[in-house]
Formats: sequence, structure tokens, C-alpha cells
Amino acid sequence: MLDVIELGHTYGTGARAHVAIDEVNFRVDEGEIVCVVGPSGCGKSTLLKSIAGLHRISTGEIHLHGRQVRDVPGDLAVVFQDYSRSLFPWLSVVKNVEFPLRGSSLSRRERRERAEDALASVGLGHVARKHPWQLSGGMQQRVAIARALAYRPSLLLMDEPFASVDAQTRGELEDLVLRVRAAQDMTILLVTHDIDESVYLGDRVLVLSESPTTVVDTLKVDLPRERDQIVTRASVEFVRLRSEVARLLKH
Amino acid sequence: MSKSIQRSVRGLIGAVICLGLWQLADQLHWVDPTFIPGPVEIGRRVWQLFGTAEFRVDFVATLLAWLIAILSATVVAVPLGLLLGSMPVLRGALSAVVDMLRPIPTVTLIPLVLTAFGDGAQIKIILAAFASIWPILFNVIYGLREVDPLFVDTARAFRAGRLRTALSVRLPYIAPFALTGIRMSAAISLVVVVSTEFINNAGIGFGSYVVLNGEQTGDTPMVIGGVVIAGILGCLVNGLLQGAQNRWFSWATEGA
Amino acid sequence: MFARSKFAAIVQRWLVFVIFVLVWQWAATVVDQTVFPTPSAILGQVRTLWFSGPPSHLFLGSRVSDDILPSIERLATGWAIASVAGVVIGITLGLSSTLADYASGVLAFMRAVPPVMLVPVFIVLFHIGDTMQLATIIFGSIWPVLLNAVDGARSVDPIKRDTARAYRIGRVRWITTVVLPAAAPKIFAGLRINLAIALILMVVSEFVGSPNGLGYVITNAQDTFDYKSMWAGIALVSLLGFMLNRLLVAVEDRALAWHHSSTRLLEG
Repeated sequence: MLDVIELGHTYGTGARAHVAIDEVNFRVDEGEIVCVVGPSGCGKSTLLKSIAGLHRISTGEIHLHGRQVRDVPGDLAVVFQDYSRSLFPWLSVVKNVEFPLRGSSLSRRERRERAEDALASVGLGHVARKHPWQLSGGMQQRVAIARALAYRPSLLLMDEPFASVDAQTRGELEDLVLRVRAAQDMTILLVTHDIDESVYLGDRVLVLSESPTTVVDTLKVDLPRERDQIVTRASVEFVRLRSEVARLLKH
Repeated sequence: MSKSIQRSVRGLIGAVICLGLWQLADQLHWVDPTFIPGPVEIGRRVWQLFGTAEFRVDFVATLLAWLIAILSATVVAVPLGLLLGSMPVLRGALSAVVDMLRPIPTVTLIPLVLTAFGDGAQIKIILAAFASIWPILFNVIYGLREVDPLFVDTARAFRAGRLRTALSVRLPYIAPFALTGIRMSAAISLVVVVSTEFINNAGIGFGSYVVLNGEQTGDTPMVIGGVVIAGILGCLVNGLLQGAQNRWFSWATEGA
Repeated sequence: MFARSKFAAIVQRWLVFVIFVLVWQWAATVVDQTVFPTPSAILGQVRTLWFSGPPSHLFLGSRVSDDILPSIERLATGWAIASVAGVVIGITLGLSSTLADYASGVLAFMRAVPPVMLVPVFIVLFHIGDTMQLATIIFGSIWPVLLNAVDGARSVDPIKRDTARAYRIGRVRWITTVVLPAAAPKIFAGLRINLAIALILMVVSEFVGSPNGLGYVITNAQDTFDYKSMWAGIALVSLLGFMLNRLLVAVEDRALAWHHSSTRLLEG
């Protein structure tokens, strides 16, 4: 579904040019969760933003559903790391979730229904009338996820979505992502710096190098579809995979 | 080029463009030049004004009055602020008094004061000083509240007396806040001094001069010139004080 | 500000007010002079001048339409126009940081001009009357809200910008549903300032260039050394300013309820 072809980005020109991303190629198939891991500053976020059409790249092409992405495509949603600044404090939770749908052809009732369904699917049906700042960090990020889900994108991009929440909440949110993917057969591209998370969530893990960034390797995660925070993470295969990722990162 | 320098340069260019368009509008008679003169003519008038002895005297008189007002306000407000700031009970009462007095615009009192106490230069200085005391006072009190108790404890650990602590810890700490207050006072006292001169235009002063020789004779370039002079003056003083604040008090991290 | 609770603060404020008035009443009765009449005398004058009409007219006298109404009209109209224009122009400029940069020089200068200095300009241009006053109020009080609107529009969180772009929010919706609420706190702060400036300009322009209004009442009383009427005028101007400010604060509290609660939470 998503094809990234020879993507590169250079900041500045001439002598002061800094090649942030050298050449990145990969693809994401429908229904997959692909996790992108890389060291700090390797341009993972730039990569994600380029795919979202929020950032113009120097070289390369991005194809979504076979069509080239030049601007922001219409069936794509993004969940950012900083949920508190991404949600609108002057709107209630349900209005936040509805917000992207306002420009569409849906009726008011249909929008409200979709928003409420999305909130229910992330377990927040009961806080629809509250405001984001009244919720905990993990709940706020769930609202951001619900907002993305209500939009019914074909591709969900997540930019280090759980980096700002505590470890326990992180586990809950990771499982939420797996549930959502299973229920709605969603395709997800998730950027993270957490090696364990990338293996736990991913069907494939893309390891990036330091700047100038390239794809070091792509690992297929051969773990069962059903994952469990304790059982899966203790399994031999998991340990092997995460060590492999760690080794590739140090490379 | 750093962002802030870029912004200043662009701001300057923007201003020049605006002035240029204005001058053009005047010369091409898109706007009636006798109604609204162009910047060149206004500039000429301003130059001419500073060449007039009478204007210079009035201008300096206003500047002096302004300066005295700010200084008096500072001399009164800083110690008063230090005193009141150390006594929470008085602080509460003071804030209530000020809240009560705040709705009264100082300019409304001008005719009253002029009628009651005559129209010497002292009147406008006293009024301006009175109006300017409050920003300094409140900034000092606010600054005192913000003094890190750690500093005070350190002083006490070295067995510094109350006076010593006040002078060597509290005073330097509130200095940047006081300077912010003085900046506000500078703006307020200029407004009060000039307003008083307008209303009582028989006296000496920049405001009186503009009213007598400009407003009452319908001299548009002069009155706009007056605005320009006041604006530049305000910008200069604010810039100077802000510059002083940045140089001397760059260590101040909060509020000020 | 320093009281233990909001209620205590209000009580404290009114208590001090009452004590102040009582002390004044006592002092002015004991020391016989005309410059500071007793509060009771001032109140009496206020009633005589404006509130001694028939009950059917809410006790409003005939002079109200000469003195009070024109002032309120000018103030309200001038402030409203200045506010709307300030917000519209300010947000337009703030949307493009390049444009805002180029405008920054002119805006900084206009902010430094003491608004009162504009009075002679407009007297010369429009002569005495309503046009002059309206022009003065509008031109003099627009700057705080304009500058704050620019600032508010410029400082919309880049993450919100990315969010809106990612969800393909159109330009118009971006401005009305994101920029405006995000800039609202700064805009309201500007509105409170420009209300104060508009009030001052209304009074000063009425001092020098008007045949009616509260400012005229005060200067007219000045010519006849009528201190009671002067104070009555001052009292009413202050009351007007106070009530309008309270009204604005009440509107602000409702419009910015989300902001006050969320920032309180962050500070708490």
C-alpha cells in the first residue's frame, strides 16, 4: 500500500548542506504494523512527516495506493508524541474526536456517532464531555488515537506515540494498538526509539542508521499475532529479535 | 542572520515602504495633501520645530517634568514597596485600596487638580508621579514575593542581619522587577504630563505648544509632527530601558 | 491577589472601600473646604444632575441624554470598531510570519505613541464633534488588541498546525476554529487594555472637543469652580469604566473558561 522510494532529505545547500536522510527504501503492505526504530536524531520523525505530506523531501518519491504523495493525502491520520499540544483544549473530548470530520459530507449525527464509537473502542466512552486537560496523559493519547480512528484512515502514522507516558500506561496503549489493528484491520507505521516496543508491536521492524540515514535492515517478526505483555516479552524468539535489533542499531 | 535581527530589518523595511507609499499617495493626490500631509513635509516641520527656540524651551520643560515625575515615583515607590512587601497584612489592604482606586482614570482628575491647585509645573509633575507610583510599587512587591527563600536562608546562614539581607539579597533581586515597573511608569507619566499640558494649555510644555500653535491654528503637519516626536521619544526611552534591563539584568530569569 | 480565598478578597476590597468613604466623609465634614466635598454631597449631586427624574423613566433625568448617553455611545461604538478591526487585521497579519515581521516596525512605533497625543491631530482634521471623537477613540485604542492578536496568531502551537494539516482542515476552518480560540486569551488581554484606553480617550476628547458628554460636564464645572459637579462627573466616569470592565471580564470568563481551568491545573 505504501511505497517509499529512494527518499532522501538534505538541509541547507552548498558547503553547509547537511544530509539528514541519505536513501531510504521500504514498503508497507495492507494490514501490517511496521515499526521504525533508529537512534536519536536519525530523522525518523522527518521520515514520518514526509510520508504524511507535512514535510517536503529533497529527493525520492512516496506512493500511497500507487499514487504519488505530493501534499497531505486524504486517507491518512497521524498521532503525534505530544498529545497535550495536539488536542485542542477549548473543545471537549468528543468534539476533539469529531473535529477532523467536520469538513466531510457526514451529517452532524453521523459525525457524533462515529466519534462516540471511536471513543468507546479506546475505552473512553465515559469521558466524552470532559476536556482533554482534565484527563491523564495516557487517556489524552487515547483520545488522539480515537480521533485518528474516527477519521477511518487507510494508513495510521504514529510518531513516538508513547514516549511521553509512563511505562505502565505504555503497555496498555501498546495493547490498545494491537486490538485496534485486529478489530479494524488497520495498516500502521509506527516510529519509536523503544526497541522492545518495536518488536512487541511490529510485524516487521525497520532499523535505521545514524545520520546520513539509511535502512540498515528489515526484520520480520515471527511472533504469533496474539501478543501478551508478559508471555510474549519473555519468549525466546522475542529476546532473540530484540537483541538482533539492538545489534543492528549499534552497527 | 538571526531571527530577531531579521525581524528588526524587515520591520524597518516595512516602515520605510509604508512611509514611501504615504508620500506617493500625497504627491499623486490620491489623498488630499492639505488634509493629510506626507511624511516629508511632516519631517520638515519637525526639523523646523526643533529650530524654534520657543519650542525647544517647551520641549525641554516637558522632558524635565517627565524625568522628575519618574524619579520621584521611583524614590517613593521602591522603599515603600520594600516595606509593604515585607508585611503581608499591609499588602492585602493596599491591593484592596488600589483595586478600588483603579477605575478612576487619572486624566479625569486633571481639571479638578488644575482648578483647585492652580496650574504651575508642580501640578503636572505631582499628578504624573502619583500615577506612576503604582506600576513600580506593584512590581517591587511582586518581585519580593518571588525572592527565592533559598537566597534568604543562605544570607541568614551567614548571620547577615535583617538590614544586610534586605540590601544585599532582596534589593538586587527586585531590581529587574523595579526596572520593568519604571518602564511602565515612563509611559504613563508621559501620558499624564502631556494630557495636563493639553488641558491647561496656557502653561509651558510640549503639549501646550502643540495645542496652541498647532491645534488652534489648524496646523496639521505640526500636530502630526507632535505625535511623531512623542512616539520616537517613547520608543527611545523604552528601548534604552529595555536595553539596560537586558544588559544589567540578564541574569533575571522570571517575570521581569 | 493576596487574600486567602476569592470571597475573602471581595469582602476585603469592599471593606476597604467603605472605610475609605467613611474616613473621607468624616474628614471633609470636619475640615471645611470646597475642593473635596463629602461623599454624601457628591452622591447628592449625582442624583440631582441625573437621577432626579420621574419613576416612569427609571428616575433618569433629562440631562442623562445630554451627558451620559453620548459618552456611552461614543465609547461603545469606538471600542467595538477598534476591537473588531484590531482582531481582524491582527490575525491576518499574524497568519503570515513574514508579513507580521514587516509590519512590526510600524506597529511598535504606534504602540509607543501616547494615545492622548492623537487628540489634537483629529481635532485639526475633523474639528470638534462626534467624528473627531470616534476617530480618536478608534485610532488610539486599536493598537493593544491588534498587537496581541498578531502575537496570538503567530504563537499557535506548531503541533496544532501539523495536526490541522494532517487532517486536511481547510484554511477558513483553520482560522475560525483553531487560530481564533488559540489566540483568544491574548486577544482578551488586549481588549481589557484597549477598553481602558478608549475610556481615557473618550474623556479627554470630551474635555477639549465636545459640546456634550461626561468630559464636558467636568470641564464645564471647572469654569465655574463647581467642585461637586466635577466630582460627580469623575464618579460617573469611574463607575462607567468599572461596570464595562466587569462586563468584559464576565464575558472573558465564560469564553475562556477552558483556558483558566487548564492553566490553573498546570500551575496547581
